[in-house]
Amino acid sequence: MNYETVIGLEVHSHLLTESKMFCSCSADYINAAPNTHVCPVCLGMPGVLPVINQQALEYTVMTALALNCTIPEYTKFDRKNYPYPDLMKGYQISQYDTPISIDGGMDIEVEGQQKRIAITRVHLEEDTAKLLHRHTPEGESYTLMDVNRSGVPLMEIVSEPDLRSPEEARQYLIKLRAILQFLGVSTGNMEDGSFRCDANISIRPLGRTDYAAKVEVKNMNSFRAVYRALEYEEKRQKEVLEAGGTIVQETRGWIEERGVTVSQRSKEYAHDYRYFPEPDLPPMAFSRTWVEELGAKLPELPDARRSRFTQQYGLPVYDASLLTTSKAMADYFEDCIGLTEGPNLEKRTKAVSNWLLGDFTRLLHSTVTDISDCKVTSKHLMEMLDLIEKGTLSGAAAKTVLEDMFSDGKRASEIIAEKGLTQISDEQKIVQVIDEVIAANEQAVADLKKGKERAKTFLVGQVMRLTKGRANASLVNELLKEKLEG
Amino acid sequence: MKLSREDVLHISTLCRMSMSNAELERFQEQISNILENFEILKEVDTTNVPPTAYPPPLENVIREDKVAPCLPQSDILANAPHQEEGYFRVKAVLD
Amino acid sequence: MNLYDLTIHQSHELLKNGEVSSTELTRAVLERISKVEEKLHAIVTVTEELALRQAQQADERIRSGDSTPLTGIPALIKDNMCTRGIRTTCASRMLENFVPPYNATVVEKLGDAGVVIVGKGNMDEFAMGSSNEHSAFFVTHNPWDLGSVPGGSSGGPAAAVAAGEAIYALGSDTGGSIRQPAGFCSIVGLKPTYGRVSRYGLVAFASSLDQIGPMTKDVTDSALVMNVIAGYDHRDSTSVNYPVPDYTKALSSDLNGLKLGIPREYFVEGMQKGVEEVMRTAIAKLEDLGATVDWEASLPSTRYALAAYYIIAPSEAMANLARYDGVKYGYSYDGENMWDDMEKTRQFGFGPEVKRRIILGTYALSAGYYDAYYLKAQKVRTLIMQEFQQAFEHYDALITPTSPTVPFKIGQKVDDPLQMYLSDVCTLPINIGGIPGLVVPAGFCDGLPVGMQILGKPFSEETLLRIGYAYEQATDWGQQRPPILERQNDAS
Repeated sequence: MNYETVIGLEVHSHLLTESKMFCSCSADYINAAPNTHVCPVCLGMPGVLPVINQQALEYTVMTALALNCTIPEYTKFDRKNYPYPDLMKGYQISQYDTPISIDGGMDIEVEGQQKRIAITRVHLEEDTAKLLHRHTPEGESYTLMDVNRSGVPLMEIVSEPDLRSPEEARQYLIKLRAILQFLGVSTGNMEDGSFRCDANISIRPLGRTDYAAKVEVKNMNSFRAVYRALEYEEKRQKEVLEAGGTIVQETRGWIEERGVTVSQRSKEYAHDYRYFPEPDLPPMAFSRTWVEELGAKLPELPDARRSRFTQQYGLPVYDASLLTTSKAMADYFEDCIGLTEGPNLEKRTKAVSNWLLGDFTRLLHSTVTDISDCKVTSKHLMEMLDLIEKGTLSGAAAKTVLEDMFSDGKRASEIIAEKGLTQISDEQKIVQVIDEVIAANEQAVADLKKGKERAKTFLVGQVMRLTKGRANASLVNELLKEKLEG
Repeated sequence: MKLSREDVLHISTLCRMSMSNAELERFQEQISNILENFEILKEVDTTNVPPTAYPPPLENVIREDKVAPCLPQSDILANAPHQEEGYFRVKAVLD
Repeated sequence: MNLYDLTIHQSHELLKNGEVSSTELTRAVLERISKVEEKLHAIVTVTEELALRQAQQADERIRSGDSTPLTGIPALIKDNMCTRGIRTTCASRMLENFVPPYNATVVEKLGDAGVVIVGKGNMDEFAMGSSNEHSAFFVTHNPWDLGSVPGGSSGGPAAAVAAGEAIYALGSDTGGSIRQPAGFCSIVGLKPTYGRVSRYGLVAFASSLDQIGPMTKDVTDSALVMNVIAGYDHRDSTSVNYPVPDYTKALSSDLNGLKLGIPREYFVEGMQKGVEEVMRTAIAKLEDLGATVDWEASLPSTRYALAAYYIIAPSEAMANLARYDGVKYGYSYDGENMWDDMEKTRQFGFGPEVKRRIILGTYALSAGYYDAYYLKAQKVRTLIMQEFQQAFEHYDALITPTSPTVPFKIGQKVDDPLQMYLSDVCTLPINIGGIPGLVVPAGFCDGLPVGMQILGKPFSEETLLRIGYAYEQATDWGQQRPPILERQNDAS
């Protein structure tokens, strides 16, 4: 039987506010010593009261607007009651029946097709403290608690179950993260927990429109983990159904190292959150003018920037899409273009895009570097491209040069000088090397004469090898042709 | 409204407060008795009456996003029943 | 006259004129405490050292000519308001050793005014109760009859002020916790409009009902304390940014032009005959003073207030008390595992009345019962508020009894929660309505105090104080001091 996968995502994102959601402690908890960003309010001491952070409200409304949501006139906070050691007050200040926004949608692109994913709601709440698991020397486990994270503003974005594959889920997350980053409201960092995702997934026979029992998947700490966990869960559910079993509605945790999801039955504990309006916080009524003003202030979002990149720079849609998946990359690209002058703009633009999406991205990934920490400034990258254009540096050698620029932050010209990597465009020198290569590869020369094109590639490669990639590649081709074809 | 033993046990789990058998029985009886007296509310016609959760007519009470000093770690931990290396300590919290 | 029997304004005159020092006054109060406390048990923690230090500072301040009407005057703070460095127990095992690292806003304000804190007042655990019998530590006795309760939950502060263990006190009132004990101990108690006084640092019982207010020997003192504690606080989002008047300016000795309503629903079934008689005499006195009295006022939803209150208050309390889990502060049980620790911490840390309310609140909000209980109660709350609003279109104030009975005997109601709840029947609608209520001594019945409750629309504290003051000037109930205690002291 053919099945259809149904996925809905619940994303929690920290907001880039200075202070916490309901008190004035610094919200920048990640690098702080334990329990040093804490006051009586976020510790939930007897007698304390919350006060709403205006910036967190604004960021949430901005996000809601960017996700095409409706902002109702009235919103309030509610208490969500569930005793747990990491929840300081025994309840979380969250939003229940009157979230800040509802009924939005976001377009994603999968295999060239645009698809709108409906957004159920975007609301605001507070984060919990952090629990760390430890063992005594005797092997007994216990838990330590750091309250710094307690009270950090947390925005929740819930999608409708409109996603139909793990790839769609991944695209949704990439797009959503880009929007939050473009808005400047979130770092979008999944690894440090600033941007988290839980998924609801079920499968149903193709053609059915009702929803089957869904499984909630948690503990996914990267985009890749979300993709893998959903792929695993999709397969697992299919196997259960095909073996004649039924899917149990439950929560399952993704175990990265083993690549499996496992049931978390303890989380099934009788949930009855007993929501009621938070009496310590008067309700809110957003004036339409205020909402419109915020809407007018929204920065350029990924979709807009992508189409601008295609129009303004003549980039292919593919390049423009990739360059705009992260705000940092899009900014870097435009920094580079800003340094470019002269008639070659369009050619240079494509070259910048190629380098950024090619070797530059590869190096970022392989060294796990954030673009903001990258040692290669846009200026340095443009200098390298200038050297290539001038013929000082060959394309092949530039790959090596870029690696060095990445690792030690030096400029291309310095590296070229140090390593003697200046491009060889002197015909005489190249002919000398070609002669050596011809002498040493009789078979290949014979093959080439018989018309085997691969032999030519081989011979050019040998010339490049002997010159350590410095030879001007087009010159080599030209001269080799002259030599052997007469 | 009479509370059953199971009702009281369920409540006890929800609010994470254990009870002795004697307490359970006493609360079952007392709370049932109190709830019976609440039946009077059924008399009130509240059709089209909105609920009130907040007494003062306040709206949009917010603060600027500004950081103020926190308390020293020693103050935060001063009342902690158990602590270790600057953290609160509890028995293992298992998922 | 004994120094400890002075009011705030009397003390201030003596201090200002240099006739007595704050240190002398404070010593007199501390001596009084050491003499009567073993009979009253009104104070959880006596802060002698702090008091004497603050008195010394106050004396310096007075000498430098920088004193306020509260400078150097000994006060008792109910033990549910956070005091930095002084344990704040809420009369609960749960917080027996809890020392807050911060001050409640009201404590901070009194501090700025030059307060002398002599101690923390006993109360029903977490302010839940009407007799002080639910204190986890000891029962406070009524200074007018040591066999009777002082009322609750601010029973400690009420008894202490009546007996001269403090010149004044701060209490908190969620359903009558300032007013009922004030009535039972024959002192003046004011529950301000919700939002008038900051709740920051007041350990929450029911957040939408709690309010801090003065407990004093007379109405002038009440006005003086209000002048200091009232006002907007950026730490309390429910505090109202509304100008604070000089409340003493409202005090005048006639009631000409005031229209008073007597809501008949407050003269409830089962009301003690003597209490009703005292009330009728008191109301006649208000007429003598120039007020117009309408005996036909009516607030029909009053009969539903008790049920609505005992749904709303426990629901909020259920959440407010969820933080006591033995992890961050307070009592912590050492059990078999994390959940066992938490569940037994709460089993052994809370007393029976607190547990009853947690159970009640958990039930009223739980799936399937929310609409019938919590939501219904919030709708009834709307009706009660509307009725008050309509009544205050006709009347400047409403006059009611404070409690249906005089102070009852210790042990009489402690095992019957419903009977205990009924003793708040005249005071709790006021919290539901968010309006202010002032209680002043109105006489005695069988030698025990009866308080008159004066109600007004939101932010009409000045009118209430004016009525209370005029009545106080025309009667001498407020000047009587508990005789039973003195006799017993003389005998010893």
